[in-house]
Amino acid sequence: MSCLDRLSVVLGRGFFLGVLGFVCAVSWAQPTGDYQQQRQRLVEEISQDVINTRTYIGKSSLDDRVMRVMGLVGRHRFVPADLQSQAYKNRPLPIGYGQTISQPYIVALMTDLLDPEPGDVALEIGTGSGYQAAVLSRLVSQVYSIEIIPQLAESASARLKRLGFSNIEVKNADGYYGWEEHAPFDAIIVTAASSHIPPPLVSQLKPGGVMIIPVGPAFQVQQLSLLRKTAAGEIHSQQVLPVRFVPFTGEH
Amino acid sequence: MQTGVALKPPLFSIALISAAALAYEILLMRLFSIIQWHHFAYMMISLALLGYGASGTFLALFQRKLEGRFFEAYLFNAVMFGVTAVLCFLLAQAVPFNALEVLWDPQQPFWLMLIFLLLFIPFFCAANCICLAFSNYSAQLHRVYCFDLLGAGCGAAAIIGLLFIVPPATALQAVGALGLLSAAVACWECRVQPHWSVLILVLAAVIMASPVAGFSLQISQFKGLSQALRVLNAEQVDQRSSPLGQLTTIRSPSIPFRHTPGLSLNAPGSIPVQLAVFTDADSLGVLTRFDGDLDKLAYLDYQSSALPYHLLDKPAVLVLGAGGGADVLQSLYHEPSHVHAVELNPQFVELVNEEFADFTGAIYRLPGVTVHKAEARGYVAGSSAAYDLVQVALLDSFGASSAGLYALSENYLYTAEAFAAYLQRLKPGGILSITRWTRSPPRDGLKIFATAIEALEQQGIADPGRYLAMIRSWNTTTLLVKNEPLSAPAIESIKTFCQQRWFDLVYFPGITNGEANRYNQLPAAWYFDAAMRLLKPDRAAFMDDYKFNIRPATDDRPYFSHFLKLRTLPELLSLREQGGMPLLEWGYLVLIATLLTALLASFLLVLLPLWLRRKSGPRVPGLHWRIMAYFAAIGTAFMFVEIAFIQKFILFLHHPLYAVSVVLCAFLVFAGLGSLVSARWRKHVSLPGVVGGICTLSLLYILFLPGLFEFLVQLPGGFKIPLSALVIAPLAFLMGMPFPMGLGIVSERLPSWIPWAWGINGCASVVSAILATLVAIHLGFVFVVFLAILLYLLAALVLRKYPDNAGIATRGEILAKSKE
Repeated sequence: MSCLDRLSVVLGRGFFLGVLGFVCAVSWAQPTGDYQQQRQRLVEEISQDVINTRTYIGKSSLDDRVMRVMGLVGRHRFVPADLQSQAYKNRPLPIGYGQTISQPYIVALMTDLLDPEPGDVALEIGTGSGYQAAVLSRLVSQVYSIEIIPQLAESASARLKRLGFSNIEVKNADGYYGWEEHAPFDAIIVTAASSHIPPPLVSQLKPGGVMIIPVGPAFQVQQLSLLRKTAAGEIHSQQVLPVRFVPFTGEH
Repeated sequence: MQTGVALKPPLFSIALISAAALAYEILLMRLFSIIQWHHFAYMMISLALLGYGASGTFLALFQRKLEGRFFEAYLFNAVMFGVTAVLCFLLAQAVPFNALEVLWDPQQPFWLMLIFLLLFIPFFCAANCICLAFSNYSAQLHRVYCFDLLGAGCGAAAIIGLLFIVPPATALQAVGALGLLSAAVACWECRVQPHWSVLILVLAAVIMASPVAGFSLQISQFKGLSQALRVLNAEQVDQRSSPLGQLTTIRSPSIPFRHTPGLSLNAPGSIPVQLAVFTDADSLGVLTRFDGDLDKLAYLDYQSSALPYHLLDKPAVLVLGAGGGADVLQSLYHEPSHVHAVELNPQFVELVNEEFADFTGAIYRLPGVTVHKAEARGYVAGSSAAYDLVQVALLDSFGASSAGLYALSENYLYTAEAFAAYLQRLKPGGILSITRWTRSPPRDGLKIFATAIEALEQQGIADPGRYLAMIRSWNTTTLLVKNEPLSAPAIESIKTFCQQRWFDLVYFPGITNGEANRYNQLPAAWYFDAAMRLLKPDRAAFMDDYKFNIRPATDDRPYFSHFLKLRTLPELLSLREQGGMPLLEWGYLVLIATLLTALLASFLLVLLPLWLRRKSGPRVPGLHWRIMAYFAAIGTAFMFVEIAFIQKFILFLHHPLYAVSVVLCAFLVFAGLGSLVSARWRKHVSLPGVVGGICTLSLLYILFLPGLFEFLVQLPGGFKIPLSALVIAPLAFLMGMPFPMGLGIVSERLPSWIPWAWGINGCASVVSAILATLVAIHLGFVFVVFLAILLYLLAALVLRKYPDNAGIATRGEILAKSKE
């Protein structure tokens, strides 16, 4: 780092502290309040979103168990300290390293679409902050989660341990090849962007299992790709729009 | 500090500061394309104009206080430009603005405003230098003006040259140093005592340009390059930069890149090791390891883009946008008779053929492969060779494309005219193949389908449906346009290809509903339904009804990736928190946010100060609003024409940055000349005559420029640039006149309103620099020029009652007059 770099960092900090005061004054200075209450409101919001999108996702309510877990897992523990006040807004948030924590509505929807059963073993590619793994872990027996960015893998692992999620194992590795020693999986969730669906992951899916891939860049899940492996080992894939929107108007 | 002979203006210093300011404007476009995204280009033009507008206001208000202190004020502003050009950029790049979050986070518009205000400062300082010189040396105005324009023109040319030699961050240091140097030159020209002040300033300039003041670019953490570098053991192995872009090559040994868009789920074998090449820190392309063993490339036959090779035998192939060579490798796997690869950026070819030749197998040098360093449209228009297959590569990255990132990016590869040009290069039985990312609900795929129909119809083909086929993988669509009807065996091959790879059939002649949407199911057979509707005679009605804009892009409205319809906007906004956010194109919304920011800033910095310190003057009934209307109209019209011309010349000069530099430079110089000439020969020019000339020339250009460009497209770049300037010259020359002519009238009849005339004109140009793009997206550039013509006519009309008795004043005379 050169002198000017350092100077700009120092100046930048001082400068932004000042500006931050201004921005805070004009933006929502909402009290953090009771997280439990906020979480319940969020769950209600998600239920309403699900009702609105029922024709697209094929159901008017999500599994009760999923909604219960959404009301239990503290999302504020999975976001950076300065964003905790926004943890129960139904929106994605940045968690550093160019990564985000997904919109709660999408997390709930994806978890529901995976159709988790208490005895299931699930694989997650893209741990991020660990929130999705935490939600899933309350509905299955074991979650294995792979994160590509070392710092995130480390912090998510420590966080999950600290919060008592003992049935989640996180490792820093290449998600492309899945986690062979724990395969096959009943459910796989791939939140990492890829130009194609990794074939090794498909082979680690149990017959009858479900894989879900949210598609879209940071802050934007535009569709959910849902892959099912039939008992005979065939793959059926389907795209679910997480929004109530039909591109055709008029007679359609 | 004492000045010696202050009667002579510091002409060389003025030229230097002018050069530095224009270089800064162009350089900021480059820098922001790297650290953020390219939308900021509009903002930079707008900012530079705001600098001049605000400076005019500032000097009009504080003239008395600055009297007798010209040199100190000049020197202060020149030094401040040098310092803030670098410092304000460093601060601006540290602002936590995240364009991707613009709709989720109400703080983001404030951060955008902050970037805007920070970058305004250096432009304001530079403009102060120029305006101070104008007002202080009104008697020698033509010389000051001449050096100002000469400097600006050289600055625009020099920065492009410099960007070929040094990285953009170093170029910024050079621009800052140039600011300091201009202060030193001013001290020398004005014989400032003590002499060592010159030395100190030169020393400061040297330090500014040296590695001591070096800094690194803070690239948005959400761009592909930042994310790739986070991966364990990933490292940068090469970086090179030119005005065409910054190419960064990354090796990731632990977690390799496997960039293979739309690979089938049952692809055989594995993907060879790849190196990632990011252009401007985004837009991923790859270099693939190739040792000559074609069997290792088997996976490339399992992309949807491999389809045309199953319908052709040993084809002669033209790959447009070859980049790192993925499409060339795919072609080689299918044993073509010859592959011609066209790549715009010569540095990409260097990477493949030289820097990483051992890794890539130097595929562009293989027998049977010819690489052409050229822009795709230019190459196609300029070549007379014929091919069996024209393959348009998937150039933009998936993330960027799906975020609506390129919504505002002009793209002349996917326009109806482009398709027609590609089709003309096909041999009988040849195929044009275009692959795009898919999005739900469908957009890109349908727009290329509609574009192909239009291109075929333009060729006189009555039933385009017989010439088209389209398939879909998990995340790509591939469209084939054959220049003969598809035969039954060809259709069978398409079906087999898809069945083996679990790809979906979207359309082929004779397809039935049951054959579509089988493997990767959408909620309904959207692609098939839309393709069928697009082939019916009521295609226009269908495109009107469809909730996204899927009308073919044209060279006049080259915004292929703009799909948002204003009609759909309220619905999308209401759905944004229910999963609908990705359907909004944030590129478009950032443009609107920038427009609002510019409006607010120009009001706060230009008009509000004028209003607060307004003087009471004589009243001339009806004249006030006429002055306002006149200067708003000519300010807007000037920018509309300028921005439209930048766009028109992109197609001719093949890169936005070249077009911006050449057009800006030509407009500056010739409009400046026009304004000087109108002052000198004031008796021979009349406002209606000038406006008539502008309107006639504009109309002529609208009619004849496309044809002229087509005729001249094969010329080498060295000829095209002066030719472009020559084409612009007469129009710009005339367009330089209405402003001083109007000011002449104001200074004669209502001198207290001179600052208002400056201010309103400045505000109008700041806002219209952005507004022009917004209008073009919806209505096209021809419409933008028509609007400009109307505005010029309106301007002539509102001041028709007030002939310019006193003659046209020069800027200096006017500033002098407003002091009285």
